[in-house]
Amino acid sequence: MTATTPNRDPVPLPQTEFAVPGVRCAGCISKLENGLALNPGIAAARVNFTAKRVSITHLPDMTLPQLVKILGDIGFEAVPIAGDGVDGTQRESRQMLQAMAVAGFAMMNIMLLSVSVWSGAQGFTRDLFHWISALIALPTVAYAGRPFFRSAWAALRKGRTNMDVPISIGVLITTALSLFETFTHGPHAYFDGVVMLLFFLLTGRWLDVVMRSRARDGVSALLKQTASGAMVLDKDGKTRWVEARALSIGMDMIVAAGERVAADGIIIRGNSSFDLSLLTGESAPQMAHEGDSIHAGTLNIDSPVTISVTATGPDTAIADIARLMEQAGQSKSLYVRVADRAARLYAPAVHTLAAASFLGWMLAGAGWHESLLVAVAVLIITCPCALGLAVPAAQIVVAGALMRAGILVKDGSALERLAEVDRAMFDKTGTLTLGRPEPVNLDDANGEQRSILLALARASRHPLSEAIRRTLEGAGTSAASLTNIREIAGSGVYAMAGTCEASLGRPDFDMASAGMAAQLLVAGQPPFTVHFTDQVRSAAAETITELAQLGIESAILSGDRASAVAPVARMLGLTAQTGMLPEDKLDAIARQKRAGHHVLMVGDGLNDGPALAAGHASIAPASASDVGQNAADVVFLGDALTPVATAVRAARRTQQIVRQNFALAIGYNVIAVPLAISGHVTPLIAAAAMSGSSLIVVANALRLRAVVR
Amino acid sequence: MTGLALLIPVALGLGLLGLASFFWSLKNGQFDDADGAALRILIDEEDPL
Repeated sequence: MTATTPNRDPVPLPQTEFAVPGVRCAGCISKLENGLALNPGIAAARVNFTAKRVSITHLPDMTLPQLVKILGDIGFEAVPIAGDGVDGTQRESRQMLQAMAVAGFAMMNIMLLSVSVWSGAQGFTRDLFHWISALIALPTVAYAGRPFFRSAWAALRKGRTNMDVPISIGVLITTALSLFETFTHGPHAYFDGVVMLLFFLLTGRWLDVVMRSRARDGVSALLKQTASGAMVLDKDGKTRWVEARALSIGMDMIVAAGERVAADGIIIRGNSSFDLSLLTGESAPQMAHEGDSIHAGTLNIDSPVTISVTATGPDTAIADIARLMEQAGQSKSLYVRVADRAARLYAPAVHTLAAASFLGWMLAGAGWHESLLVAVAVLIITCPCALGLAVPAAQIVVAGALMRAGILVKDGSALERLAEVDRAMFDKTGTLTLGRPEPVNLDDANGEQRSILLALARASRHPLSEAIRRTLEGAGTSAASLTNIREIAGSGVYAMAGTCEASLGRPDFDMASAGMAAQLLVAGQPPFTVHFTDQVRSAAAETITELAQLGIESAILSGDRASAVAPVARMLGLTAQTGMLPEDKLDAIARQKRAGHHVLMVGDGLNDGPALAAGHASIAPASASDVGQNAADVVFLGDALTPVATAVRAARRTQQIVRQNFALAIGYNVIAVPLAISGHVTPLIAAAAMSGSSLIVVANALRLRAVVR
Repeated sequence: MTGLALLIPVALGLGLLGLASFFWSLKNGQFDDADGAALRILIDEEDPL
């Protein structure tokens, strides 16, 4: 025991969450947690491996960039996640799981009691067991039934009906009648059936929520750094970090090479080239000098510049695009999911049938009590137990299979809409192409040049250097040992190779694509120029052909110049519209929509955001902008374009299985309903039929596991 | 009958116990990171100096 009193600080330390997509193994977890714990400013760090996140408890004076840098030094690229850790989907999934656990507990215990009633318990024992069942079932229905009651009530208030309306009515009437039976010492109580129904339905709902939250975790782990703030230069010459929303007009921000610009502004010091591809689709970087205006969201490539802010928040070009997206996304929210469409037909039919059998038995001379029993049997038999599982079971199996193949599906309705598309519109830069420069002529360099190139490229973070490094390292080149390496921003990398000077930088001759070439100079040798192009994604042509086989016609919608689009369009045999603004892309999709087509939009940039939101379904590569990934229904990983066709094929196959499942569920009703109407259904038959049909539907859905080759 | 009077409360009690512990573990965050929990067992915990 020490004499010092522990420091009980009443102020809780701030906690910040980061997405760390690089966490892949047990070693990464301990490396990250232990590495962070060594830093004096950090109190605790905890990795969530499933969500690929780390939450850091730190001293209040640690800033976001500092934390990102610490994570970077440990070797992990990290992106701060806005907002608190527990969000809507997570809470929803937890509530579903709790309701499911309660229903499952109640189901097993009531079943235990029911078995003895089915096997012939009489008199007092049967009454006792019915009473205990009622005691378990009533709180369970009140607790576990809430998601259905709430959703049914919300639908009824708007004068609509969904799957939850027949479920709620069935559950409530059956519970009430079973309670009445228990009071009057009747032989049949349906408590087991009611609770089992709730359990199976909650399983279906929970699967649906799990699928959404898993995909959302995957997507948020991919989101890249949009500038969430900037280094601001104060009048007294000091710099401080200011978050994007706190930036105001007139501030001077310093944007380092490799950073994204956080607000619209005018360059007041420095020259650099900027990558506008996310904003406009234009593939070649553009030079900007003092006095030029720069939009938020563009990437500074070459050298640090100072930018005076001219517009922030809702006035920036990005905010205009966000507004367009909001309008464009409204049509999508009107989409009615398959299960609800089925319920619109199903619910009235079921209720009419139950009412008709009640009236029929009354007219045939049975008492109102017997007639009501028959009507309840009809309700519980037709209650869409298998229907409730038919859709989510199939969709979660497919989403799991697709996820293993690197395709993230945001939710079930995305699969449904994806299955309906018959036109595909592709963006060019970053979608049909990789959106990053790749060196094309490194094979022409000799061995010595290649090893010097690799050593120089490793010293720089310039995108062209990184491309050279990636390619050479992939080819197994070993780097030359250089001395006195230094990078001069905006000019190149300089070093000594033995006694010769070597440099890698901007070509010294003027050429049209100066932004897409780099020159290696070694003293005493002829210069070697590395040329770069934005490569077309692998398997692009095959994917277009496969889409055509699926009956989907493709076209290109690009914001880039016609001369840059033409080679890609020619190579893939596609028609192309070029130089399009975000509004033009929206119009192009609206035209197809009016012609009765369902458009699949595939795009990545900020400028594709509205089009992605407007498309009947949309797909974005993982390299897309945050806006693109958020707007898209499906996000795919990797460099090949194949996932586009794979996703469409899987979605169509899913719809096929869903239809089969509906057919199975309805077929079961066709057999069971006559039994119920004729008054031959006991609680035992109802329970067996219900679980049997649910199992068949789930088993059928499991066949989808092999849908992704 | 006396057997029933004993066995049914025992069965229900055990079930409730299971349900309560499930709720507790859910609230305690034990299901938040299932994949991570599977990996953490592989980490050698050497005392940091």
